[in-house]
Amino acid sequence: MGADSKARIREFVLDNIPETELADDDDIFERGLVRSMFVMQLVVFVEQEFGVQITGDDLRFDHFRSVDRVDELVARKLASV
Amino acid sequence: MLHGLTTDQRDNLLAFARFTDEHLLPHANTWDHQERLDDSIIAELAAAHRLVPTLPVEAGGTGMDAVTYGLLSEELGRGCGSVRNLVAVQGMVAHAILRWGSKTLADRWAPAIGTGSVIGSFALTEPEVGSDARNGTTTARRVLDGYEITGRKKWISFAQRAGVFLVFARLDDDPAAFIVERDSPGLSVSPINGLLGLRASELGEVHLDSVVVPESNLLSHGRLTFDLVATSSLDYGRYSTAYGSVGLAQGCLDASLEYARNRVQFDVPLAEHQLVQQALTEMVTSVEAARLLCRQAGQMRASSHRDAIRQTLIAKYFASRAGFEVAASAVQIHGANGVSADYPVQRYLRDAKIQEIIEGTSQIQQVQIADLTLART
Repeated sequence: MGADSKARIREFVLDNIPETELADDDDIFERGLVRSMFVMQLVVFVEQEFGVQITGDDLRFDHFRSVDRVDELVARKLASV
Repeated sequence: MLHGLTTDQRDNLLAFARFTDEHLLPHANTWDHQERLDDSIIAELAAAHRLVPTLPVEAGGTGMDAVTYGLLSEELGRGCGSVRNLVAVQGMVAHAILRWGSKTLADRWAPAIGTGSVIGSFALTEPEVGSDARNGTTTARRVLDGYEITGRKKWISFAQRAGVFLVFARLDDDPAAFIVERDSPGLSVSPINGLLGLRASELGEVHLDSVVVPESNLLSHGRLTFDLVATSSLDYGRYSTAYGSVGLAQGCLDASLEYARNRVQFDVPLAEHQLVQQALTEMVTSVEAARLLCRQAGQMRASSHRDAIRQTLIAKYFASRAGFEVAASAVQIHGANGVSADYPVQRYLRDAKIQEIIEGTSQIQQVQIADLTLART
């Protein structure tokens, strides 16, 4: 979507993982940085922050793997509103 | 208790309290003894749109906000833990289907559960898998007519009464969730009786012996089935359990205050004995503290605050433990009467232990709360 949205997503992810740096294409799950509740936290954040609703059609793990992927998901959701 | 609530929330709370006083407290010990809720109370909850009040109006709810739902859960918990559990489970199942299912599944099942025309059950745990629910062994495979599911689910609330089950299974070695109707060939339910607490929650073991469901009954498939679908449902249930524990503890406190005022020993009411006063002080402090944590979690949930999940865990952890301690004190204050079926406190004590186990044991929550807190920067 853009630098601003990516920055907001990155800030949230960094606030909830034990790391201080993260590239936008880093696979946060592959790096073992997150716990079982992280996706749920991420969805709550995305919905509140960007005013979109994540639904069953979005239930693909790939959508949540990295800052880039989450940003793409948000962009698609906003475009479909 | 009313401090900090809006006028609408206060009005709702008073209405919930009246419902509990009139429709739950007079019958809760009987339901506990008979290990079953009366059909009439479920009909009354449905008529009042309180089975899943958080659903949208068109789906049989009232669009109730999270704070008010918490107040309802507290009052149901004060009256009968199993009624509170029923309402929690209906919400877990209905919201999972509405949010994550296809439009066809959502249209078919969410209003049916919301209006009480069918009871839903959340079938996650298994005989060998409780806290480690991610690693269940119930399996599904593709067949000509859809999916064939085989396995066993245990400790399933209201399985005895349910008309539809949300069943978690493994499909192609990934988690999946299916809608399974009660009358599906190969599905049977064995009642689980003689439980310590929540005895009227009509628990059952669900046997799935090559149960075939249509392809359209697949709700979700893939890692997010556990990481999002199951966890979101458990989060919803955890909030209800947290507030229900506050209600349970308030019920214990109410009963103990009344008993202490009226029971005379050594020529004075119990309330004049300082050790009883000490116990009452510990109880009222625990109730108030647990309620404040629940209120904070509720306000965060209502505003979709990013820390709402962790705060709900904290509220459930604290409130369920406080509920058990308060219930134990209530029985102690009541002496021999405390273990009698003529008083409610023995039921509260038994139910309180269950609150420390469901939707995540206290030990699992000790790990989760620490993990989430350590991860924060």
